Amino acid sequence: MKKPNPPLERSDRNPVSVEVANLSKNYGSQKVLKDVSLTVKPGEIFVIMGPSGSGKSVLLRQIAGLESPTSGTARINGYDPSLPETRDRFALALVFQAGALFNSLSVYDNLALYPLEHQLCEKHEIRDRVMHALKILSLENAAKKFPSELSGGMKKRVAIARALVMEPQLMLYDEPTSELDPVMSATITEIIATLKQEHQVTTIVVSHDRDLALTIADRIAILMKGVLRTVATPAELRNVTDPDIVDFLNPKIDLKNPRYLKLEV
Amino acid sequence: MKHLNAVFEGLGSAILLAYRAFASLPSAPRIIKRVVEQVYLAGYSTLPIVSILSFFIGAVLALQSGISLQNFGAKQLIGTLVGESLVRELGPLMVSILLAGRVASATTAELASMKVYQEVDALETMNIPPARFLVLPRLLANLFYMPVLTMVGIIIGWFGGAIVCEYVGFIGVDSEQYFHSLTQFMTIRKVFDGLIKAEVFGFCIILIACNTGLRTKGGPREIGYAVTRSVVLSLITILILDYFITKALA
Repeated sequence: MKKPNPPLERSDRNPVSVEVANLSKNYGSQKVLKDVSLTVKPGEIFVIMGPSGSGKSVLLRQIAGLESPTSGTARINGYDPSLPETRDRFALALVFQAGALFNSLSVYDNLALYPLEHQLCEKHEIRDRVMHALKILSLENAAKKFPSELSGGMKKRVAIARALVMEPQLMLYDEPTSELDPVMSATITEIIATLKQEHQVTTIVVSHDRDLALTIADRIAILMKGVLRTVATPAELRNVTDPDIVDFLNPKIDLKNPRYLKLEV
Repeated sequence: MKHLNAVFEGLGSAILLAYRAFASLPSAPRIIKRVVEQVYLAGYSTLPIVSILSFFIGAVLALQSGISLQNFGAKQLIGTLVGESLVRELGPLMVSILLAGRVASATTAELASMKVYQEVDALETMNIPPARFLVLPRLLANLFYMPVLTMVGIIIGWFGGAIVCEYVGFIGVDSEQYFHSLTQFMTIRKVFDGLIKAEVFGFCIILIACNTGLRTKGGPREIGYAVTRSVVLSLITILILDYFITKALA
């Protein structure tokens, strides 16, 4: 058997920075992202907010290297995230909106897959690592279950646990609280904040959950129709005057003049 | 022109996928468990249906040739005809058609659903190449089970023919005569040619199934389309390849 790869030194596991420069993404004639530029500092929680269809998840996929931008660049510590070497160098974990758990594998095997495939440590160490991650997310009793047996909230927690086992330097979350009840949303929000505090991991969260963003973000970016409208701290965002952003953050329900009549197709 | 582009695009991506899969061969010891799993799921589970189908193909072949050869007074050659037809053509072809219908459809459905539900993206972010994790075990397993399935199919087909010859009154060729005729002209080379055909067909079917699955885009409806496309493409490919391999081996 191949000798296991030596574990990365702690100094090699510092949180990373993310730079997005003049990034545009088109699907055919549809322009989804338009000249987006932003920087995420090492160790911060950066939340990307915006209405549905504004390009938040697409931006996250460019940062994760799952898609190539039409123009511009996304870089992790200066490296192209789509290259396997970059992913070898910096552990990057993406928590997908629906979890993206491997349905044919048990919860335990889902978590153990990354260290096993990369031969990061011996099997007993992998077991310890997996059980530790499950314990953090209160999932010890779900280890033998299959994803089809889990609720939506549990799937998200398993997806976070799977990311945790990777000991990432960059955590990306795609709508971590969507389709969850308020209590589970609060739980996931707490988990994200705790993981960042305890593991000093750079965190990018894509969400339209205002409470999550204003509670845990160091900075928030607002993306509307593919355009980055502002990057601000939660305190700065509370005083913003841009009417679109104000309307997005504090939408008023007006039954006399309903907004659905003004929606663009 | 659009369709031609799509054909070349598909061909190119299939070749690239095969290259990527075999480029990760050094990691094969790590995927032995998955290879064995695939041998069981795709190979062993297909065995009963291969046996049934081959038995009746051999039987029908003996029956049809019995009727025709009787007119020429050449009933004693039934064994040769059934034997050669199964070894050189029908054995590999029928097993491949079964593989396309049973294994290729299941493989495409599984990989397409993994693609649609972002499991493939999850593998990529974990830096686990889908070609190594999903495709290589299937291709390696195919190399093991395809000759075995084909050989089993051929032998059972021979026996199907023998039973018809023995028990259908108007044919009246006994088993001894049947097998004597069958083995008289049978050579290792002919069996080997049949197995080569089966290996090539099997490899192409699994590659097409994996490639079609991994190229699926869109929602759940696309999974169904991908399965149909994969099976149709596999069938067309093996029939075209059959001609060229037969010509090359002749």
